[in-house]
Amino acid sequence: MLTTNQSSYDLFCFILQRSKKEKCTFHFHNTTVNIFVAKSKKTLAKPGVKNIVLVDGVRTPFLQSGTIYADLMPHDLARAALQGLLNRTGLPKDAVDYIVYGTVIQEVKTSNVAREAALGAGFSDKTPAHTVTMACISSNQAMTTAVGLIAAGQCDAVVAGGVEFMSDVPIRHSRRMRKTMLSLNKAKTLGARLSLLGSIRLAHLAPELPAVAEFSTAETMGHSADRLAAAFGVSRLEQDEFALRSHTLAKKAQDSGLLSDVISFKVPGKDIVSKDNGIRPSTMEQMAKLKPAFIKPHGTVTAANSSFLTDGASAVLIMSEEKALAMGYKPKAYLRDFVYVSQDPKDQLLLGPTYATPKVLEKSGLTLNDIDVFEFHEAFAGQIMANLKAMESDWFAQTYMGRKTKVGAPPMEKFNSWGGSLSLGHPFAATGCRLVTTVAHRLQKEGGQYGLVAACAAGGQGHAMVIEAYPQ
Amino acid sequence: MASVRLLVTRSGCTALKAITGHGQRSLSVSSAVLARTHVSYEVKDNVAVVRINDPTSKVNTLGRHMQAELVEVINEIWGNSAVKSAVLISSKPGSFIAGADLNMFQACKTAEEVSYLLQAGQKMFEQIEKSPIPFVAAINGSCLGGGLEFAIACQYRIATKSKKTILGTPEVMLGLLPGAGGTQRLPKMVGLPAAFDMMLTGRNIKADKAKKMGLVHQLVEPLGPGLKSAEERTIEYLEEVAVDFAKGLADKKVTVEKKKGLMQKVQDFVMGLPPVRKQIYKTVHNKVMKQSKGLYPAPLKIIECVQTGIEKGNAAGYLSESENFGKLAMTSVSRALIGLFYGQVACKKNHFGQPEREVKKLAVLGAGLMGAGIAQVTIDKGVATILKDTTEEGLARGQQQVYKGLNDKTKKKSLTTFERDRIMSLLSGQLDYRGFENADMVIEAVFEDLSIKHKVVKEVEAVIPPHCIFATNTSALPIKDIAAASKRPEKLIGMHYFSPVDKMQLLEIITTSKTSKDTTASAVAVGLKQGKVIIVVGDGPGFYTTRCLAPMLAEAVRALQEGVGPKKLDSLTTGFGFPVGAATLADEVGIDVAAHVAEDLGKAFGTRFGGGNIEVLKMMVQKGFKGRKSGKGCYVYGAKSKEKKVNSGAEDILKSFKLTAPPAVSADEDIQYRLVSRFVNEAVLCLQEGILPDPVQGDIGAVFGLGFPPCLGGNKICKVNFHNPPFSHISGPFRFVDSYGADKLVQKMKHFEEAYGNQFTPCQLLLDHAKDSSKRFHK
Repeated sequence: MLTTNQSSYDLFCFILQRSKKEKCTFHFHNTTVNIFVAKSKKTLAKPGVKNIVLVDGVRTPFLQSGTIYADLMPHDLARAALQGLLNRTGLPKDAVDYIVYGTVIQEVKTSNVAREAALGAGFSDKTPAHTVTMACISSNQAMTTAVGLIAAGQCDAVVAGGVEFMSDVPIRHSRRMRKTMLSLNKAKTLGARLSLLGSIRLAHLAPELPAVAEFSTAETMGHSADRLAAAFGVSRLEQDEFALRSHTLAKKAQDSGLLSDVISFKVPGKDIVSKDNGIRPSTMEQMAKLKPAFIKPHGTVTAANSSFLTDGASAVLIMSEEKALAMGYKPKAYLRDFVYVSQDPKDQLLLGPTYATPKVLEKSGLTLNDIDVFEFHEAFAGQIMANLKAMESDWFAQTYMGRKTKVGAPPMEKFNSWGGSLSLGHPFAATGCRLVTTVAHRLQKEGGQYGLVAACAAGGQGHAMVIEAYPQ
Repeated sequence: MASVRLLVTRSGCTALKAITGHGQRSLSVSSAVLARTHVSYEVKDNVAVVRINDPTSKVNTLGRHMQAELVEVINEIWGNSAVKSAVLISSKPGSFIAGADLNMFQACKTAEEVSYLLQAGQKMFEQIEKSPIPFVAAINGSCLGGGLEFAIACQYRIATKSKKTILGTPEVMLGLLPGAGGTQRLPKMVGLPAAFDMMLTGRNIKADKAKKMGLVHQLVEPLGPGLKSAEERTIEYLEEVAVDFAKGLADKKVTVEKKKGLMQKVQDFVMGLPPVRKQIYKTVHNKVMKQSKGLYPAPLKIIECVQTGIEKGNAAGYLSESENFGKLAMTSVSRALIGLFYGQVACKKNHFGQPEREVKKLAVLGAGLMGAGIAQVTIDKGVATILKDTTEEGLARGQQQVYKGLNDKTKKKSLTTFERDRIMSLLSGQLDYRGFENADMVIEAVFEDLSIKHKVVKEVEAVIPPHCIFATNTSALPIKDIAAASKRPEKLIGMHYFSPVDKMQLLEIITTSKTSKDTTASAVAVGLKQGKVIIVVGDGPGFYTTRCLAPMLAEAVRALQEGVGPKKLDSLTTGFGFPVGAATLADEVGIDVAAHVAEDLGKAFGTRFGGGNIEVLKMMVQKGFKGRKSGKGCYVYGAKSKEKKVNSGAEDILKSFKLTAPPAVSADEDIQYRLVSRFVNEAVLCLQEGILPDPVQGDIGAVFGLGFPPCLGGNKICKVNFHNPPFSHISGPFRFVDSYGADKLVQKMKHFEEAYGNQFTPCQLLLDHAKDSSKRFHK
């Protein structure tokens, strides 16, 4: 590690020692000098532990819900992502040992959406598939489940992914109505049926809508995000600026073809879709006009600085390094240490990244300075800013996390530089795979070695994973 | 129209805690050179932020010092042309302004002096109301009494949705009225019915309700931790929001007036009709008379002040308010209620020091009504609790009772279903002694039978760790008799809870000569955690509360035998200020329990506890008339009919035990005083014998332990209007003796003694007080 009191000789030695293209930026007399320095660790490979690699990852275009995907079903989207992965990798369908898929809002007809999508995508009917759910980190859970299966020696090639379809959600009859209808099934005589029918009141017909709200606290996530932003003193201006940054960077990435994980998808009855449709860089003036969406009239979270309801699916191919190489693949990255964390679902609902980041860094023996690429899930601009402030605070680390010092906030030039959930969209269970694939692609493109993924999720949970570039 | 209930709920009384604070009268504010200690302000963006913080107390109160500094600061603000609007906020977490400083009024000698003080307050608030720049009250925590009157004088109010934020006018519970413009502004702000409801019940209003009523304009969500603690940051945030609104008001971007809905317009129109208003005054007046029996003057004065203000204009209204407040402050009722309130505060403290170990795991034996109730109030405060019973049916019933108790709170929205589940997870229902090896305290609530209690003591002592305290919940069995079976009597103590445990505030703790001080400290600590008002008394048959009640019930039975019908008896007792009539009370307690206690205590104390024939009670029990729980007692308890019918079976029994009423002692007033004097004499005797440590605890025990809610186990929380606990307008037997005069009482008792004998023989201490009128129980 380079410290300020090292002599120029040491600095020189450091430069000579560099094993890879690790970049470090120095500022001398207003001129910026990029030099490459060594990491805390040359690699995160551990003796006796199987290397697990990301072979490739794809996703359908992420579309605002109610747009072109509106008439599909969730497994259709998942199917498109799985077929896209097969096409991209040229993977023989029977080479997959297992499929794990994440989803949050379940379509009751396809409650094991993994299996339905796999069958529909033409995978072998001999390949088992299961569905996991962990709110916005569902596909992270799918990927780490895959990692676990491979590490335990039970599988060699696993497909993981996630799908979310917000254009259609299960809207139920009221509990009273459901009870009457279920009793109706059991009623034997006409009289019994009629009396049950007679018991129906107008109020029983009111439907139950699913809400993006915590079950434990009944608070909607936007409301919680607004309170979180206020707790950390994040201003409306800061949030709008961050949202604008996200859209601007996403637009740039889209225009320069960096979002190569996006596959084209011929939607039945519609055109071919090949681009995310939620990226809309606006102006600060326009964004300032919006009224707060959750806490009225003095809140700061608006439609423009929140992620929007999105339809989309993603999929990744995860293999043991041996198997990948044996099959002739050139892997994109190693999947290394990961952690899951959880905290108070009321006041710290969206602080997952703050808790998960220092923990995963500690686990892998790295520091924040070792990380070249950060991909954090952007649920709300206010949530990201609050997390950055929390990570920058010794007091918070000491008082709430039982740590001696802060972990520090990621430098912005390394942070979500191809856009994020605010602009690209956030199909709840599909975002995790997007984050990991993006880290792999950015490491390749920017020439870094280590990347960090972090995300918050409903229930006051969080996740982080360290990804290491595959030597090119 | 909101029904006007003169209902002082027990929980409501706790809100009063805040009203007093600690006086700072001693600080003389002669010199303006002194730096301000209570009020400070800074100007932010043309908004003056006035922060109040009384450094001498946990809560802010409007005392002379605070008022003086406020006037100074407000004048400075008005003199500063850069200031376009102002925010009034407290820097104290959990307290905006909890009310006026009671000491300030108590120090006054005359009604005029009090009125004069009030007029100064009225003037200050009037000036704020007419202020050239808008004032925003930013409320976090208790905003009560004078604090609320201050807030409603401001042009705009913003409150946090914190659980600690409560608004209200609790003055009526102290026998006073909202005397700084409250009776004048509230009706205009929330409408006549809602204003009466607030002022006559003194109830606490939560922030979201206040918003709906139009009492506050905006709500602010409490924040979690950020770069500062949650509490600190929430106050900061409230200030930021309030400053924004203050700016908006100054720039006319925010308007104070809400658009009125059609219903509101209709209501306003109707209320504008003098005959309608007249009818309201009349209805409210009648309700108050019916419920207070005319014993409490404050509610009537409140109606008078409101009426004067509306019908004759502000000036007359303010005058009526300050004058009536002055008069009320001088009444014995108000003095008694304030005394009671101080007593309650004193009984919410642990006078036995910090216990050596905190009770982190509690076990309750017996899942009956009492056991389950104790378990509920314990898990409710986050203490893991084992509920053990001997049968699965008993256990299931008890667990259901706990669940229902908590679930009812979710229906009232004071608890979320999630919080309910978390609390329930602390309860472990079981049939065996598993886990008792880790218990810090065991409270047994098994059947009241000495041999069963002995068996339980032995069984439990075999499994609990050495430090574990054994508490017994009994209402009459002497603790030392129970302790006879114990190997470790220093760890044994009595904890007498009252039913229903989750509603009744009192806990009577009984120590024997062997109970260690640490055991007592620990029992008190547990009781306080459970939210109880605690008296600690000495051991003896019936301890204090049961012992005082027994002779009164014996007298009630005698009156019944003498042909006073249950209904007449009830109206005589409620007419004296008891919340529940004596006959109804017997039904609520349970005739079987009453018979049991009467027999036990009769054996212990002899003829002094005589009066009614105990066979009356036994016969009723035999016939199944056990009181409300069995559907029949003195009354028949039908499922639906509101009107209680007298149980003719019980009447027949009474007829067969008929006594002739001696005419000299059977006038209505005589019957009242026969009942009361027996209670009072026994209470004084308890003090004389050292069962009671002091008169304060005697008064608190009588008031909080013996006011039985009339709808035991019902679905709705006390819809029946009972207002104050017994004796509360006179605030307990000792205050009663002080105010009525021991000599007069002794005179009456001697008169009764001639007719009935030693049941009315005044005890020595009472005679001492009768002889020397300078002797008083309370200063």
